[in-house]
Formats: sequence, C-alpha cells, structure tokens
Amino acid sequence: MVAGVDKRPVGAHYGLRDWLSQRVTAIVITLYTLLFLGIVLWYGGMDYAVWKALFASNAFRVATFLFMAALLWHAWVGVRNILMDYAKPMGVRLALDIVVIGVLVAYLGWMIQVLWGQG
Amino acid sequence: MKFRIYRYDPEKDAKPRLQEYDIPLDSHDRMLLDALIRLKTVDDSLAFRRSCREGVCGSDAMNINGKNGLACITNLKTLKEPVELRPLPGLPVIRDLIVDMSQFFKQYHSVKPYLVNDTPPPERERLQSPAEREELDGLYECILCACCSTACPSFWWNPDKFVGPAGLLQAYRFIADSRDQDVNARLDNLEDPYRLFRCHTIMNCVDVCPKGLNPTLAIEKIKDLMVKRTV
Repeated sequence: MVAGVDKRPVGAHYGLRDWLSQRVTAIVITLYTLLFLGIVLWYGGMDYAVWKALFASNAFRVATFLFMAALLWHAWVGVRNILMDYAKPMGVRLALDIVVIGVLVAYLGWMIQVLWGQG
Repeated sequence: MKFRIYRYDPEKDAKPRLQEYDIPLDSHDRMLLDALIRLKTVDDSLAFRRSCREGVCGSDAMNINGKNGLACITNLKTLKEPVELRPLPGLPVIRDLIVDMSQFFKQYHSVKPYLVNDTPPPERERLQSPAEREELDGLYECILCACCSTACPSFWWNPDKFVGPAGLLQAYRFIADSRDQDVNARLDNLEDPYRLFRCHTIMNCVDVCPKGLNPTLAIEKIKDLMVKRTV
C-alpha cells in the first residue's frame, strides 16, 4: 500500500460488459419464464407426470440450464452492484464478492446435478 | 408566510437544527428567493447563495419541501406551508443552505468539458450544419446548479467515483459535438462500472432539473455509443 496518496483511480475498462450482459440475461430469463408459463397453460396445470416428461427431454434440460446460468450471471452483476454501493472497505467487499461467487457456483453445480443426475 | 429552514454553522453548532420563521410578505415577493431576501432583512445570520435571481447562474439551488430546485424560479404560490428549506443533499454543508460543491465540480472537470480538436483552427470558426447544432439542444443549457446530481442516490453513495447526471450530461454534450475529435477517449474515460454505470435509470435527475433537461437520455445515448463501438 502506498501511504498518504489521496487519488481515486478510476477507469476499470469494464462496465459496459456487465451492463449489457445483465440486459441479455434478462431476456433469456424472460423467454424461459414465458416458455414455462406457456407449457403450464398448454397442459392446463402441472403435475408430477407432466413435470417428469418435461425434464426427460434433453432440449428442455438444456433450456433450463441456460435459464439458470443466465439467472446466476444476472444475480452476480446485481449483487455486486449492491455491494459496490454499500460495502465500502475494499477487503470486506472482496470477501463478500468471493462468498457470493462461491454460493452462485455452488448453485450451478447443484443445478447440473438436479438436471442430469441419477434419480 | 411560514418557513422552516435548516440552520447549521459547523464552527459554532454541535448539530444542525430547523429554525421556524413567520414573516409577512410583500405583493412584490413572488419567488422563493424574494422571500429569502426578505427573511435576510429579519435575520441577517441566515446564509444562502444567490446571484442572477432569474434561473441562469444556478447559485440558489436548494432542497425545497423535499425536492431540489432553484429558489429564484420557484413560485411561492406553488409551495405548501411551512416551506421547509434544506441544503442540497449529499454534499458537505459550509453553512445553512450553502454547500461545498468541490466534489461536484471535480466530477464535472473529469469529463473534459471543453472541445478537443487538434486540427488547425480555420480563419473564422469551426462550422456546424443546423442539424449538427441541433444535436446539442437539451445539453448546452445546463447551468451546473447541481440539483440533479444531489438528487441522485448513486451520487450520494459514490460522489468520488460516479460522475453524476450533470457531469454525464456535459460528457455527452461534447461527445455529441460534431467539432469534437475526442469521442473514443471520452468513451474510454467513462467505460467504468462506477463512472457511468452507477446510473440505474431512476430518473430523479430528470424529475428535479429546473431547466427541464434530461440527463438520463444523455446517459442512455452514451451507453448506446459504447454498445455500438463494442458489439
């Protein structure tokens, strides 16, 4: 650490990427939600048999994977935005960032297990 | 007319207080600034800034009944009593309604609010077509009163990092100028999660701008240009 330097370095050269990815992932989330609602309406409800048949299709599993991946990426950008505003000390913010990434990656693993796991 | 005014002198007072005033107004007192000047004849310890008294200099920006605005162009008839006056939120108070605008101007200067053009100047002037000139409407009128930036929570949380609506409006004013040659450097300067992208489009800036300008739209156009050059 340089002591006594009161400069605010800015210009991380990213920002657009996060902003744009949040919008793109929002579209993916919306499309999947509409698809899911459409399926529920098509079958006139949702029961175990329909659910099981739906997730037996690999295409639907892939669509669900895309949805969850988009959701997790969207959440990462959003939660980090909140941390940037409210968690001021750099060490605290970095620690919280790592916790959030850990939780989100764990969700991703869990989801893959649910979608393609045995049983 | 009844007023409740924020009073604070950091050198003397332990903490700020709201002082009540009830003064008779004259039929010539039409704007809030007229009333403040009259108040000053009753209590000359009250401190506020004012200069042109017609909405051009931007000195008398303050928080009027919870909303930022210019005292000189706020009609007294539109105000509910008691009129509560506070300094612009989010900036350090120097005294009463006077705030320290250093941070605000630091952000303004950080966007290079001047024309950058390295070609030799022509004999008379750099010409613009009427259409090119029209691009600057809604941008050049900003008087830097700071009503918008101090109404923006993103500026409250990160005044040292987020340029704020006023600065970004000016950034776009020069990005949009056909005579300016520095568009890429200007976009680089703002390509940052804090400087530009702390804006979450809540549009408080548009709501309070006493000149009726739209910083949110300018921010949107900067983002559009960034997308255009990246995608």
